[in-house]
Amino acid sequence: MRWRVPRRAVAAVALCAMAATGCSHGADSAMDSVVPSASAAPAYGDTFIDSLLGNISSLIPTITSDNASHEVGSQIYSGLVTFDKDLKPVGDLAESWEFSKDCRDLTFRLRPGVKWHDGQPFTADDVVFTWQTIIDPRVPSPYKSEYGLVESVRADGPDVVRVHYSQPFAKALTNWATAMLPKHLLERYVREGRIREAPQNWSAPVGTGPYRFKELRSGEKVVLVSNPDYWEGRPYISRIVYRIIPSQATTFLELKAKGVDAMLLTALQYQRQTSYPAFRQAYQRFRHPGNAYTYVGFNLKDPRFADRRVRQAFAYAIDKRQVMEGVRLGLAREATGPYKPGTWVYTDKVKTYPYDMDKARRLLAEAGWTRNSDGLLVKDGRPFSFEVLTNQGNDERKKIAEIVQAQLRELGVTVEIRPLEWAALLKEYIKKRKFEAIVLGWGIGIDPDQYVVWHSSQTGPDQLNHISYANPEVDRLLEAGRTSCVQSERVKSYHQLQEVLADDLPLVFLYFADALPVVASRIHGVDPGPNGVRWQSFKWFVPRPLQRYTAG
Amino acid sequence: MNAFWRALSKNRLALGGGAVVLTLAVMAVAAPLVAPHDPHKPDTKRILEAPSSRHWLGTDQVGRDVLSRMLYGARVSLAVGFVSVGIATAIGIALGSAAGYHGGTVDAAVMRLVDLMLVFPRFFLLLAVLAFLTPSIWTIMSVIGLTGWMGVARLVRAEFLALKEREFVIWSQSVGASAVRIIWRHILPNAMAPVLVAMTLGIPAAILTESGLSFLGLGVRPPHATWGNILNDGKEVIELAWWLSVYPGVAILLTVLSYNLLGEGIRDALDPRLRQSVGRFGGRGR
Amino acid sequence: MFAIPLLLGITFISFMVIHLAPGDPVEIISGEGIPIDLKPLQDFYKLYGLDQPLHVQYWNWLKRIVRLDFGQSFAPHGRPVIHMIRERLPVTLALNVIEMLIMVALSVPVGVTSATRQYSTFDKSTTVFVFVGFATPDFWLAVMLQILLGVHLGWLPISGLRLPVWEYLPFWQQQWDFLSHLILPITVATFGGLAGYSRYMRQSMLEVIRQDYVQSARAKGLPESVVIGKHALRNAMLPIVTVLGLSVPGLIGGSVIIETIFALPGMGQLMVQAVFERDYPVIMGNLVIVASLTLFANLVADLSYGLIDPRIRVGRRGRA
Repeated sequence: MRWRVPRRAVAAVALCAMAATGCSHGADSAMDSVVPSASAAPAYGDTFIDSLLGNISSLIPTITSDNASHEVGSQIYSGLVTFDKDLKPVGDLAESWEFSKDCRDLTFRLRPGVKWHDGQPFTADDVVFTWQTIIDPRVPSPYKSEYGLVESVRADGPDVVRVHYSQPFAKALTNWATAMLPKHLLERYVREGRIREAPQNWSAPVGTGPYRFKELRSGEKVVLVSNPDYWEGRPYISRIVYRIIPSQATTFLELKAKGVDAMLLTALQYQRQTSYPAFRQAYQRFRHPGNAYTYVGFNLKDPRFADRRVRQAFAYAIDKRQVMEGVRLGLAREATGPYKPGTWVYTDKVKTYPYDMDKARRLLAEAGWTRNSDGLLVKDGRPFSFEVLTNQGNDERKKIAEIVQAQLRELGVTVEIRPLEWAALLKEYIKKRKFEAIVLGWGIGIDPDQYVVWHSSQTGPDQLNHISYANPEVDRLLEAGRTSCVQSERVKSYHQLQEVLADDLPLVFLYFADALPVVASRIHGVDPGPNGVRWQSFKWFVPRPLQRYTAG
Repeated sequence: MNAFWRALSKNRLALGGGAVVLTLAVMAVAAPLVAPHDPHKPDTKRILEAPSSRHWLGTDQVGRDVLSRMLYGARVSLAVGFVSVGIATAIGIALGSAAGYHGGTVDAAVMRLVDLMLVFPRFFLLLAVLAFLTPSIWTIMSVIGLTGWMGVARLVRAEFLALKEREFVIWSQSVGASAVRIIWRHILPNAMAPVLVAMTLGIPAAILTESGLSFLGLGVRPPHATWGNILNDGKEVIELAWWLSVYPGVAILLTVLSYNLLGEGIRDALDPRLRQSVGRFGGRGR
Repeated sequence: MFAIPLLLGITFISFMVIHLAPGDPVEIISGEGIPIDLKPLQDFYKLYGLDQPLHVQYWNWLKRIVRLDFGQSFAPHGRPVIHMIRERLPVTLALNVIEMLIMVALSVPVGVTSATRQYSTFDKSTTVFVFVGFATPDFWLAVMLQILLGVHLGWLPISGLRLPVWEYLPFWQQQWDFLSHLILPITVATFGGLAGYSRYMRQSMLEVIRQDYVQSARAKGLPESVVIGKHALRNAMLPIVTVLGLSVPGLIGGSVIIETIFALPGMGQLMVQAVFERDYPVIMGNLVIVASLTLFANLVADLSYGLIDPRIRVGRRGRA
């Protein structure tokens, strides 16, 4: 699957990938393997062999946005906070934190005694330095905009960091999950604008995470070894080797031949190729909702789609179950709104649109659309027909468009499908708002703030509210949600936001595709959540009798 | 010409190759008529069905009929072969005849250019060019053509060098015929035989090249079906659906084989002496 | 000395490739909607001087690549392109040299046997093999072998250059591990070429055998093995050296596919990834280096041609 999301969304998603191991957790995940004997005792040793599809693009996570780099980076580095099962922030390098009443001052108390991999102590100065690095104009960090509202970051002694915001900012806390950088090693390079020339960029990264960097062979592998001084204790598994295998087909063959211990499966591999006993014996399979949802969107400047009843009618007419079955072999969760089921912000107490053609017809009739003698839907003598754009090369989306086409045809609506090359689609159609309908996806970040997607002020050509949605109620809720640092208040705003969006239905939410990881069953302690299995992977272990590679 | 047909008709392998080539061409042209299903229409209820009486060659991940896709794919694959070889031949003839006829500086310049182009591993050059272009079926065809003309140029030049000294050319020159006219009317027709052979051997090379590019995901883009991208899709599910890998693979193999057999047959029938000079231009297009 | 103008030519053609783009490379990249850092793009502009007249651009570029300065990768690590190539070069070189050695080692005896026993069963079956070998798509063969030998039979590793824990193996196991990882890729890479060479060998052997001096050697009553091995073979080797030299671009080009399928960290794999990531400096650097390598290989072929047949002066290979 090629998953591309526009610029800002990438940053958000990537940020999530970085905290990697802890994007979110909750109750409804599924693990369906032969569960290994629970009595096995933790033991040190063995090597975990993971697979990466692409090359590492740098070992300083601050300047990368690709998954491979963040996956490796998340083992080497850690941030001030990380995330627990419900995606709630919990302390990592920060022991505790406190917001001021007006939410504009955030004070972190750092965990004492944390050491960099080279033995130097981690202090508040490193935090200040990390922030300065990200916002330094000569440092190519894609995350600069996330820190736009930070007015100052000050060290108050070695263990206290005070951050001041120019206005209340909901993402304030989660942004500090970013990887902390060692001031004593990088300062010179950053000051001279040569961060790429620092050895940490490629050959000698130093972090505070559970694993230390051992070696990187371009195009072949990255090797990490356990950090005996990790503040949560030395990880059990002694080594992680990331094999770089550029072809997904080859990776799968390697998995079957036990050449790698983990990968993400495709829906077909999950449903049809990994159910035989030998595989189930050797691997634990998991599924959890992924970080993106797929939707059918409409240009709301088009008077036909500006009518809420039309959108609701389409939502009733599009059989989401058939879509998920046909496109994802059922491996997806129905999206009731733009938030992922199972996370703290999600609510299912919203209006839903089960497949119902009669309701769809009634709503369209109410909106003034009538069937003519040819069975076509017409209003003011003009038949209802429109074009759906999607990006070429994404079979899932094309299939969705085809199913939608078939189902709307029953209503008498004619739909044409036009797959376009991504760059052209974005530049010529989406940005210029020259479209009637689209089938695309949105990546979601850790924080529920989706101001840039739904707020009526974000409809400019380079902004992300492509569909030109404007609803004062939604605007108010978005603003309330992003300017509060009190969790319970935010939950309320976002639950209301979901209710309003589900009723007003600016677009037809389809599904969150499931991510389908597998991990070798000799690895114990894998704790699956709704958002992944990598959470706290430093607690994984292989019982002594099952260890496969000798420890080094 | 009669001797040619007699020689060719005795070569059973070449005839077999010719028959396959012809059948393929007819099926490709008639694809819309003979294809049992719409090659682009997915059927989510029939994903990866094994070959059956309904779908002779099974269905793919999206439930599309593999036979229909193969037939339409033959169109694209053959079109890529013909068009790119056409482009290569045109360039090759133009440069080769210029070099062979004029000799001297022109010849030296063209031959240096040929040497130069031959130094580039074709796949690297193709990838480099494709990275800068918006990929489409036309780009792929032109790029394969533009990187494959060197053999023809050498061949045509060699023929020209040989023919130039012949009486009829010298005579035409002496009566003041123009260079273009002499090349076009007198020399070129005589040089066409080896070019024809080179073309026949160039088409399978182009087909292999295109399928290789498609296999890397850099060839003709979906929704166009080509044998290469059917194979590329198939590799992900090869153990689940052998028919997605075996049929297009065998189709490529058979096509390339047939073209090669036919090409060699034509060459032998035209003039056994051509063996050495033309041989090296056939084969694989890397 | 004809190498220098050719080297210049290589740089020139590579340079022209950049200008094939109908649009602006920067435009293409930024149109993808992926967040990128503009600094290396600006450097790229500067390196290629894309805002200056063509000849100035070319001259400036040339001055830098003479010092092997191909600029920096667009990837966030921004490493010098030449460093990236240097890491990848040994794998590709080693693979190609081994492939060539194997092809010569196998195709010579096969070709000679076919020629001396023309129309025998052996000859006929090699002919079939030749045609099938030519026609088999290598990527297809590769995947089939991976599944058969790697997954089902479990005899050989599927991909990579060595085991991920290679460093901890005893010495001999390390060697075997390397070897076993190379078997599949080299088999696939040589399969098509082998077919071709044995045929060339057969052909040139047939021609030599028919010649007078071989016939007279026979007439003198020399044993057949001496006639073939000493007199005929040496002369028949000449064309195969030429063909081998000419086949270098094909082999190196083939490593694009082989290295991608088998996850080998060579230049081909680097190239494919660079194309997907539109990492233009890497693409350009790769192209120039690979072409220069091929040129070098051709020179070596010319030299060995001279060694086998002293009558031929170096540098005057039949370019007719």
